[in-house]
Amino acid sequence: MSVDLGTVRHIAKLARLHVEQEQAEALVGELNKILGWVEQLGELDTTGVPPMTSVVERSQPLREDVVTEEDSNSAVLANAPDSAHGFFVVPKVVE
Amino acid sequence: MTSPTHMTLAQARDALAKREMSARELAEAHLAAVEAARPLNAFTVETPEKALSMAEASDERLAKGEGRPLEGIPLGIKDLFCTEGVASTAGSRMLKDFKPTYESTVTANLWRDGAVLLGKLNMDEFAMGSSNMTSAYGGVENPWRAEGSDKKLVAGGSSGGSAAAVAARCALGTTGTDTGGSIRQPAAFTGIVGMKPTYGRCSRWGIVSFASSLDQAGPMARSVRDCAILLRSMSGHDPKDSTSIEQPVPDFEKALTGDIRGLKVGIPKEYRVDGMSEELERLWQQGIDWLRAAGAEIIDISLPHTSYALPTYYIVASAEASSNLARYDGVRYGLRVEGDSLDEMYEATRGAGFGREVKRRILIGTYVLSAGYYDAYYNKARQVRTLIARDFGQAYEKVDVILTPTTPGPAFPMGEKMDDPIAMYLNDVFTVPASLAGQPAISVPAGLSEQGLPLGLQLIGRAFDEQTVLRAAGVLEEAAQFTAEPAFVAGA
Amino acid sequence: MSLIEGETGKWEVVIGLEVHAQVISRSKLFSGASTAYGAAPNSQVSLVDAAMPGMLPVLNRECVAQAVRTGLGLKAKINLTSVFERKNYFYADLPQGYQISQFKHPIVGEGTLTIDLPDGSTRDIGIERLHLEQDAGKSLHDQDPRRTFVDLNRAGVALMEIVSKPDIRSAEEAGAYIRKLRSILRYLGTCDGNMEEGSLRCDVNLSVRRPGEPLGTRTETKNVNSIRFVQQAIEYEARRQIEVLEAGGTIEQETRLFDSRKGESRSMRSKEEAHDYRYFPDPDLLPLVLEQSYVDELAAALPELPDEKKRRFMEDYGLSAYDAGVLVAEQANAAFYEAVLDGGKRDPKLAANWVTVNYFGALNASGVGLAEAPIDAKKLGGLLDLIADGTVSSRLAKEVFEAMWESGKDAATIVEEKGLKQITDESAIEALVDKVIAENPAQVEQYAGGENPKVIGWFVGQVMKASQGKANPGAVNQILKRKLGG
Repeated sequence: MSVDLGTVRHIAKLARLHVEQEQAEALVGELNKILGWVEQLGELDTTGVPPMTSVVERSQPLREDVVTEEDSNSAVLANAPDSAHGFFVVPKVVE
Repeated sequence: MTSPTHMTLAQARDALAKREMSARELAEAHLAAVEAARPLNAFTVETPEKALSMAEASDERLAKGEGRPLEGIPLGIKDLFCTEGVASTAGSRMLKDFKPTYESTVTANLWRDGAVLLGKLNMDEFAMGSSNMTSAYGGVENPWRAEGSDKKLVAGGSSGGSAAAVAARCALGTTGTDTGGSIRQPAAFTGIVGMKPTYGRCSRWGIVSFASSLDQAGPMARSVRDCAILLRSMSGHDPKDSTSIEQPVPDFEKALTGDIRGLKVGIPKEYRVDGMSEELERLWQQGIDWLRAAGAEIIDISLPHTSYALPTYYIVASAEASSNLARYDGVRYGLRVEGDSLDEMYEATRGAGFGREVKRRILIGTYVLSAGYYDAYYNKARQVRTLIARDFGQAYEKVDVILTPTTPGPAFPMGEKMDDPIAMYLNDVFTVPASLAGQPAISVPAGLSEQGLPLGLQLIGRAFDEQTVLRAAGVLEEAAQFTAEPAFVAGA
Repeated sequence: MSLIEGETGKWEVVIGLEVHAQVISRSKLFSGASTAYGAAPNSQVSLVDAAMPGMLPVLNRECVAQAVRTGLGLKAKINLTSVFERKNYFYADLPQGYQISQFKHPIVGEGTLTIDLPDGSTRDIGIERLHLEQDAGKSLHDQDPRRTFVDLNRAGVALMEIVSKPDIRSAEEAGAYIRKLRSILRYLGTCDGNMEEGSLRCDVNLSVRRPGEPLGTRTETKNVNSIRFVQQAIEYEARRQIEVLEAGGTIEQETRLFDSRKGESRSMRSKEEAHDYRYFPDPDLLPLVLEQSYVDELAAALPELPDEKKRRFMEDYGLSAYDAGVLVAEQANAAFYEAVLDGGKRDPKLAANWVTVNYFGALNASGVGLAEAPIDAKKLGGLLDLIADGTVSSRLAKEVFEAMWESGKDAATIVEEKGLKQITDESAIEALVDKVIAENPAQVEQYAGGENPKVIGWFVGQVMKASQGKANPGAVNQILKRKLGG
């Protein structure tokens, strides 16, 4: 599987990453090289091998249903680049 | 008495307990060293006022005989740990001015036990790197120099600042995080001890995530004993981290009995990679001989899927990272670059906030998870990860620990391998398998290369058997008698 | 099967519903922030909900239990192992840049929901799955011309996404499906079902086909947040698709956004294009493994659900399907009815009639809920007792009921105060009858002559009138016939 400029642009869009044209062109080569290298995994027959998500072999622990947070407004907005009236503010979204 | 900055952490602890020096004196000596070592660029933030006030509080406790396990011990913290009210940048422009309103569990545990904060330590951006050169705040210089050369060398990564600070005698110990080798590789490059504990041993809560299924915090210090002391304080089950494990935390220091008679040590043949340097082979053999001489039984083993570990790691880690780093979007914290629409703002912010290597990994991770490629890449990698973990499981039916080199070679000059990502990734070829299997592993400085640069040996053990790993590491350390000092040493 | 008549023949509408039901819990799915509705912006947001660096999710025990209870209520398979995955996309009110949801391994698998149709018949609609996921925050677009405001109070609140099979065939059935689902959720106490507050939201998947043909291409209409709107959206979309197909066009698989003001939907295709959610198991969480014994315990503690209750009301109380259906739709109503019965002491049919007609009628007319009503079950029961023992006639009982509703007093007091007690004393009734006979000789003659047998009814009316309605009509009838020599 090989990656072209269109693919780089598409995944950059999916990842919401602005990439300069020059950099995008360089990335075509880099990504192809990396993907070519990781494709060596294809040599292995993994039929029937369960995919691992975590090395931790136990069930998801559960929390009691209790409210532990005080009024959070100030802590949550403390680092916000833009806020008003207790809200986070972003450029206008047109639905 | 040894100069305070040249003591081991254990020595300083004992001297403080005996009131042979004050915590304030110890802190001042280290703050001076931090200042003197600024050219190394190991620290991103220095916190001298905080250090002194914490040290004074420690002195009061010590005076009352209420000293805690790390009372008055000055430490540096990798900038991946969120520290309340102290900038926590993750080595990224994205979090340049980010001051958390919370404290990571691991650092909170250290302060609970009386430790003193010297400052935050430089690192590869979002812990992605093996050289510390991807940091938005510049690379960290290794205090070591090759013989007869003045070329600046990398400190390794991603915990490069943590390693350099310990090696240059700026801190008695530091915290690192290890996703594929980020503690062990810089420890080996700087001639110190660094340990990645079992996945789940230390809480990940409050540590900026790189790859959730692999990230694990661990100690870095100048001796195995110091790492054991730090690990005890850092460890423990945390209900705020679903992947943290309910396991009793032993007194790891007590594991250092020096007795490894009958211990079965595995030597995996697959780690004898093509083109391994003669000096590395010699070092490894030396390690084998030391352990055998101490009464261990040496057993040849096979970990057949070793060569697939690196690409597997690269897919898994990048996939998780691409999702973990989606939260850096300019809305709630961190950098924001304005745009006319929400998407433009996202793209501009993330385009400007992330460095090149981080972008590369986000793109790879996005690609391997995207429709049509998931099975071929991401799911395949997770299957191979199962095979790699099984390899270890089978090995532990025959052996107790596994001995390998930590890195394929010593520290390399700053700026090298930057244009060849795969060459850079190969730094982690020996450290990644234990990360994928979630097992504890330690790097111990074992000797010098022909150029006079430190080289490390790695010991890997069963999950939650840090004690055996530490015990064997203690024996290795004792045998190696690594006393060489780097070219640059900050403390008096 | 209800078919729609198009220009060129009949069409069948095939509908599947995806309902997002907000789980009743004190705290959020993965954090300890409150779920209470209507708080100040961003005041119920934990560091986890705001996706601050290094924050990690921990699953809420109660939300898991609620999902299992709901699954059991839908007679569905409970999957003992389920997995949380990340659904990756960027949006201002999605702080993590992904939603934690379940994808390949939901907590609940296939089940069944029985819908009640207006003609008293029922139909089974298949449930495809139920999974747990996080809600997003809220974006306010109308506050400022250039900016959007984001409130994360809802971000991370637990939702159950309940997906039906494409078994629904009309807007009417869709309405019945949502009503029944809401009823079950409320019985279980797993979702308050409040559509105005957004606790229950609906997406409509719809396609049309000629009867007997394979399934057509479907569209998904989002943002349909009342039963009426769901029905409007279905009518609109079915008509639209039929028109497109009859004009020789094809239906595109797309997402449509419902506009409740216009009762129409429009395509969101432009937004869909870039979506590739890149689901993968959340590495911050572990697989959720439940014990069968845990599921069994929850099953044993489930309340009686509407279908079972309806069956019991029909079998034990002899109620009609319609009356039973009306009574069990809301758990509180059914409980009120049974409280009126007071352990079977009272006539179930009389009670059902009084509860569904008079009592619910009064509730509707006065706009109050059961809890605030001036007459409780005990008082209504008291009135039924007075009817049963003949103290008041059914006709006067209505007057008593109205007075009770006004004053909140019990039936006996009203009867006493207003002197509405039925006259059963034979001699008193005889006196009245004698008086009426004496005053109306012409009618007596009519009756005697057999010209008009219905005149007996007229006499009863006159006697009742003379008694101000209090005379026992049966006794009056009997005495009249005797006196008139019938």
